[in-house]
Amino acid sequence: MTTSVSAIVIIVLALTALGYILGRQRALAVSDREKTKLHSLPGYYGQTVALYVAVPAFLLLGVWLFVQPIAIESQISSDIPQSIVDQSGAKSLVMADVRRIANGLDLLVGSGGFTETDLANMRADFSNVRSRLASVGVALGSDVQPAVFEAAKSYRNIGKAGSLIRNIAVLVTALALGAWSWFRITPRMRARNTSETFIKSLLMGSSLIAILTTLGIIGSLLFESIHFFRIYPARDFFFSATWNPQFRGGSDLGILPLLWGTLYVSFVALALAVPLGLMIAIYLAEYAGSSLRSFAKPAIEMLAGIPTIVYGLFALITVGPFIRDWIAQPTGLGSSSSSVMTAGLVMGIMLIPFISSLSDDIINAVPQSMRDGSYGLGATQSETIRKVIMPAALPGIVGAFLLAASRAIGETMIVVMGAGASARLSVNPFEAMTTVTVKIVSQLTGDTEFASPETLVAFALGLTLFVFTLGLNIIALYIVRKYREQYE
Amino acid sequence: MKVEADQVFANNQAAAAVGATGAVIKMKGDKVGVFYGSKQALFDVDLDIYERQVTALIGPSGCGKSTFLRCLNRMNDTIDICRVTGKITLDSEDIYDPAIDVVELRARVGMVFQKPNPFPKSIYENVAYGPRIHGLVKSKADLDNLVEQSLRGAGLWEEAKDRLQEPGTGLSGGQQQRLCIARAIAVAPEVILMDEPCSALDPIATAKVEELIDELRENYTIVIVTHSMQQAARVSQRTAMFHLGELVEVDDTKTIFTNPSEKRTQDYITGRFG
Ligand SMILES: Nc1ncnc2c1ncn2[C@@H]1O[C@H](COP(=O)(O)OP(=O)(O)OP(=O)(O)O)[C@@H](O)[C@H]1O
Ligand SMILES: [Mg+2]
Repeated sequence: MTTSVSAIVIIVLALTALGYILGRQRALAVSDREKTKLHSLPGYYGQTVALYVAVPAFLLLGVWLFVQPIAIESQISSDIPQSIVDQSGAKSLVMADVRRIANGLDLLVGSGGFTETDLANMRADFSNVRSRLASVGVALGSDVQPAVFEAAKSYRNIGKAGSLIRNIAVLVTALALGAWSWFRITPRMRARNTSETFIKSLLMGSSLIAILTTLGIIGSLLFESIHFFRIYPARDFFFSATWNPQFRGGSDLGILPLLWGTLYVSFVALALAVPLGLMIAIYLAEYAGSSLRSFAKPAIEMLAGIPTIVYGLFALITVGPFIRDWIAQPTGLGSSSSSVMTAGLVMGIMLIPFISSLSDDIINAVPQSMRDGSYGLGATQSETIRKVIMPAALPGIVGAFLLAASRAIGETMIVVMGAGASARLSVNPFEAMTTVTVKIVSQLTGDTEFASPETLVAFALGLTLFVFTLGLNIIALYIVRKYREQYE
Repeated sequence: MKVEADQVFANNQAAAAVGATGAVIKMKGDKVGVFYGSKQALFDVDLDIYERQVTALIGPSGCGKSTFLRCLNRMNDTIDICRVTGKITLDSEDIYDPAIDVVELRARVGMVFQKPNPFPKSIYENVAYGPRIHGLVKSKADLDNLVEQSLRGAGLWEEAKDRLQEPGTGLSGGQQQRLCIARAIAVAPEVILMDEPCSALDPIATAKVEELIDELRENYTIVIVTHSMQQAARVSQRTAMFHLGELVEVDDTKTIFTNPSEKRTQDYITGRFG
């Protein structure tokens, strides 16, 4: 299956290259013959043919690859008798079996000594399918039912036929459109504009994919969240102060302790990162010489490149024990090395480059004429920064702050390793607490049933978080955009 | 007693620094040289600025007019690679003396820039900025008064009095430039430096600013850089001609425009180069 896809891709690519060469040649030949000047450079005619060969063919291939399994699945699954579905619990489980068997049969045929005709004659009620498949490494849980086996066989057959038709269709498309565009070449044809249009649509298509993906993510979050709110009251979710999931149901799934933990950790992080980051930015933008700046800025930005798991380790091994031994225990405020303080401080360090780098750019964007105006009136450097540059840069800095905040709210690794995993509503920053993101992970990776509120709550948590950070981002974007108009 | 003696001495010196026309020398450049990195932009410029007169600096683009102007209130300090040699005095004090407070110097020698650059604050705050940082006023009423006086001085009061709280960046270009002048005179400088203050303005706004400069001359010493010969002739009493980083000649504006002693000046004024 995969081999035939890659083969067809290679063939189409080869045709594309050929189309380019032929198109270019024809353009030159035609203009020679008719003694007219080409509208575009010869390469553009080649490009046009190449685009007509490649783009529709690949589009068709992509759509086909996406649609075929769905179509086959629905076809086969309607053929499976209801009794078998009832036996194994769900249709999706039966279909999983069908796919596995079909795969196994592929391998069996591929391994040799077993032909397609053998397979066509093979019957589940006579031969031992299970041991046969085990010999090629496909282990099945139970003996294969005849109906399932037949379904697997027709799954294979339809799939193979489908792939064949697909390959033919793709090749025909490539050749037909290629030939058509090749014949169409005349010196007056605006090949340059054609390729421009194609490129524009290509770029537009790419951005469309990003947008559709976002919509898809929101859609799936929303879908599962609605599921969750059907089986768990929204009021309890949003307003209950206890988070206590049980394996056997009857859990308390209040978001408040998690939200509190998230906000508390983010607050500590921002309380560290914002003043430090701002001062770094001011120093770099206003005081540091250009050589120091060109060294220090990338060095600080390197902090942003450290994987958060490494920060997590730092929190777990260094900062956590340090805070416990030197601050929390001596003052009697706590005895755990996981704490809001630990996670918050480490996260703050992670956020410093966000704030400093963005603010530095924003401060630099304040025109030199503002500074000159202020210095020309006899203001000192720090007066100028405080009274002219900061107010002018403030909206942008608020934007930077909000971006950092949404980053802090979404952070997971540092929190798991630094703040622990116990949901708690407390004001003591030296106690272990946890955040929304951590609980999303632990609820999804737990071994409760997928359709239970204990698992589905993860989506509701995710959606809440998403709405939260989306709101922050929108505010940030709005402010940043408004600020752009400030001093022009 | 010592202080008094110094004072007298300083006064004597100031009295001694009287030019040929009888006017008092406010600022004096003595063999001023400026380097940007290793490139020299100004060579041995000796130029006196007389009190309560308008001195115009003219010359082709890149000849160092702005550079010289920016030396007079040490705005060149904000450029890392810039180095100034020679001596510049304000009331006989060396302004490049390490003991001099740059901030105080700039309060005494104010500056108006080529492109109007009001702060993104209200009109009122723009004018109040200088007096506030220098602590020139005690009360809100005094500040209100000073803002009004400065705006009147810059001929902007009638247009701005009803919109003092609106952003200064919302004014027209000419109004913005007059706002910058109001902002400069609000700190009561002794000298005002203007670098092509009308180059971004239309003829009507230009005429207003020129009129204003003529009025300001009663109380302030003004140095103005301009590319417009008519403007130099209209507003200035003395004109200094620069070329390739050198001071070609300096004299009464009338003399420069009617009977220059240097051929280069003659050529420039009549538009033969530059
Ligand atoms: N910041 C700077 N760094 C390096 N060189 C500079 C700098 N500012 C000015 N110069 C150089 O110094 C010389 C004089 O420049 P200046 O700006 O004083 O000319 P100008 O007479 O004001 O010209 P214009 O009439 O075009 O404003 C020019 O050669 C210029 O390239
Ligand atoms: Mg200039």
